[in-house]
Amino acid sequence: MPRKQIAQFEVPYLQILDAQGQIDPQLDPQLPTDELLRIYRWMVLARATDQRMLKLQRQGRIGTFGPSTGQEAISVAAACAMGDDDWFVGAFRELGGRLVRGEPLTSPYLFYNGYEEGNLQPESSRQRLLPINIIVASQCLHAVGIGYALKYRQERAAAVAFMGDGATSEGDFHEALNFAAVWQAPVVFISQNNQWAISMPREQQTRSQTLAQKGIAYEMPSIQIDGNDALACYVAVREALQRAYDGGGPTFIEAVTYRLMMHTTADDPGRYRTSAEEDEWWQQEPLGRLRTYLTAKKIWDDDQEEALQTEIKAEVDQAVVEFEAMGNFLPDIPFDHVYGTRHASIEQQRREFLTNLEQEAGDA
Amino acid sequence: MPKLNMVQAINLGLAQEMARDDSVIVMGEDVGVDGGVFRVTDQLIEKFGAERVLDTPLAESAILGSAIGMALAGLRPVAEMQFSGFSYLMLAQWEGHASRYRARTLGQFTVPLVVRMPFGGGVRALEHHSESREAYYAHTPGSKVLIPSGPRNARALIVAAIRDPDPVVFMEPKHSYRAFREEVPEAEEVGKIGKAQLVQEGNDLTVISWGAMMRPTRKAVAAVTEQRGAGIEVIDLLTIAPMDAGAVVASVTKTGRCVVVQEAPRSFSVASEIIALLNDEALLYLEAPVKRLTGYDVVTPYFGREKSYIPTVGRIVRGIEETLDF
Repeated sequence: MPRKQIAQFEVPYLQILDAQGQIDPQLDPQLPTDELLRIYRWMVLARATDQRMLKLQRQGRIGTFGPSTGQEAISVAAACAMGDDDWFVGAFRELGGRLVRGEPLTSPYLFYNGYEEGNLQPESSRQRLLPINIIVASQCLHAVGIGYALKYRQERAAAVAFMGDGATSEGDFHEALNFAAVWQAPVVFISQNNQWAISMPREQQTRSQTLAQKGIAYEMPSIQIDGNDALACYVAVREALQRAYDGGGPTFIEAVTYRLMMHTTADDPGRYRTSAEEDEWWQQEPLGRLRTYLTAKKIWDDDQEEALQTEIKAEVDQAVVEFEAMGNFLPDIPFDHVYGTRHASIEQQRREFLTNLEQEAGDA
Repeated sequence: MPKLNMVQAINLGLAQEMARDDSVIVMGEDVGVDGGVFRVTDQLIEKFGAERVLDTPLAESAILGSAIGMALAGLRPVAEMQFSGFSYLMLAQWEGHASRYRARTLGQFTVPLVVRMPFGGGVRALEHHSESREAYYAHTPGSKVLIPSGPRNARALIVAAIRDPDPVVFMEPKHSYRAFREEVPEAEEVGKIGKAQLVQEGNDLTVISWGAMMRPTRKAVAAVTEQRGAGIEVIDLLTIAPMDAGAVVASVTKTGRCVVVQEAPRSFSVASEIIALLNDEALLYLEAPVKRLTGYDVVTPYFGREKSYIPTVGRIVRGIEETLDF
């Protein structure tokens, strides 16, 4: 037998709106005006919330958190492309997408101020928004199981899982992609390749030329997109969802973006990257280019922008006021949720805890 | 002698061992250029180069698994788990290989390696960054588990861990990382694995603790001593496994009363093991039930509620008094 090629692969790339906000007319998805403005508004709200949280953290009013400034396009566009029946399975840098899915605006503050109440979804929502997931890549497998369940129940829906670039090195990531492909589960995997896993640059995280090609190894349609281009994000996720709904199985999307801020507020990027690099990526951030496009399309102008900024500032202010007015955090709540039913030894420890708490109040 | 905090002291121990033995390799997420998220490995990459200080891709199982291979081949890797809460991804490699290579090959293959991991609460950290799960590792035969309580013993024990012929889990109480400084000699100091430290002698009661709980424990002991003039013996366990049973039993046999203070949940814990040991070896010397002052058997709450779930000085004082008065 001669040596021969038995398989060949290609990695497609999609960008619709370039860094200057110029659209490729051939690729223009012709989204309706209200959908475009909806995407833009959520991105602006996410940025404003993120920046307010940064301030509050510096003032000691919330704890450590990982900002998502610069990465608004992918999670917001994905969430806007998703249907109500789809599941949002995030990591921890999808603030915008979470808000789109109905997370109360006070929740991020609560979560990052150390209260599980920040994970509570409103009763009215269908609760298909999983809490923030910190253990890198572990959530990818949950999305696979959810996808399997949706398929089993014959629901026309999918699970959308987010992870970072570093996550693609974890075993859980590879196991998830393999399971999803083997089961042909309706899952959309979105890797936010923001170039840095804390201090580890993308090119040292993996020798692979693209992250997208990792999906190809598991025999699933895979694509690299400009993750700062909200239109490309929207189109790619919509196509992947459609495929999933139609029984075409999972998709892997590498969304190329950049973490403009620190990993978390406990991190100092000055130790491992240059501000010149950050400046360069600021030129490509997603909000400005979308605004340029909306303006060129004559569906947005400076007055509308000013009104939106004022409105969103008020909304963020209000959320902070509401968050800081919340005070009724019962100390023994953790005892309520160890198990689904009460257990005598846990209840005995609750009594002991409350007695200790009372006595400790006297110590102070 | 320079006064160092625990971060600097462990860094000193690592640097000295790396200088002394070129088989020592430091590896983990962000341990190189960034110097570790807590800066424990600060400057090591500048001093020893990127071949000996490996910034690894993000994969805990791969970090330990490859460290096992290095150890089998004669290196002495010191691997970092960025937080103990992420170490469970490598538990299969620990339980399945690191802890049992010696036993399964009747001593022909050994894996002298160290896994360092910050653990414990009280620093207003995010989920999975606050737990105390020393019992997981201590429960696995073949594992050595060390928990320093201050800069000086941290330095001495990291050196001992690196030189030890067996795999060691080195759990660093992050609440103590920068909490205080101690004089740490430049000259070599090698801790003794398997030896507890008798911190203070006394005849009326023994208090046993380790890690970050040593500080509130010592404050509580000082308060009770001052108020009541009781003679309280204090033991800092330092090695969780294999435990210094001799020191524990000798002390409680003398005092007849014992209080164990731990941050970890109560059930199936190190405190439970100490009580079982005393039941085996010192029951007839006891004049009061051995008291456990511990965390509760709940999922560690986010930091908004966390503080009241960690034993306080006041709670330890009351526990000691109740045991003295029994």
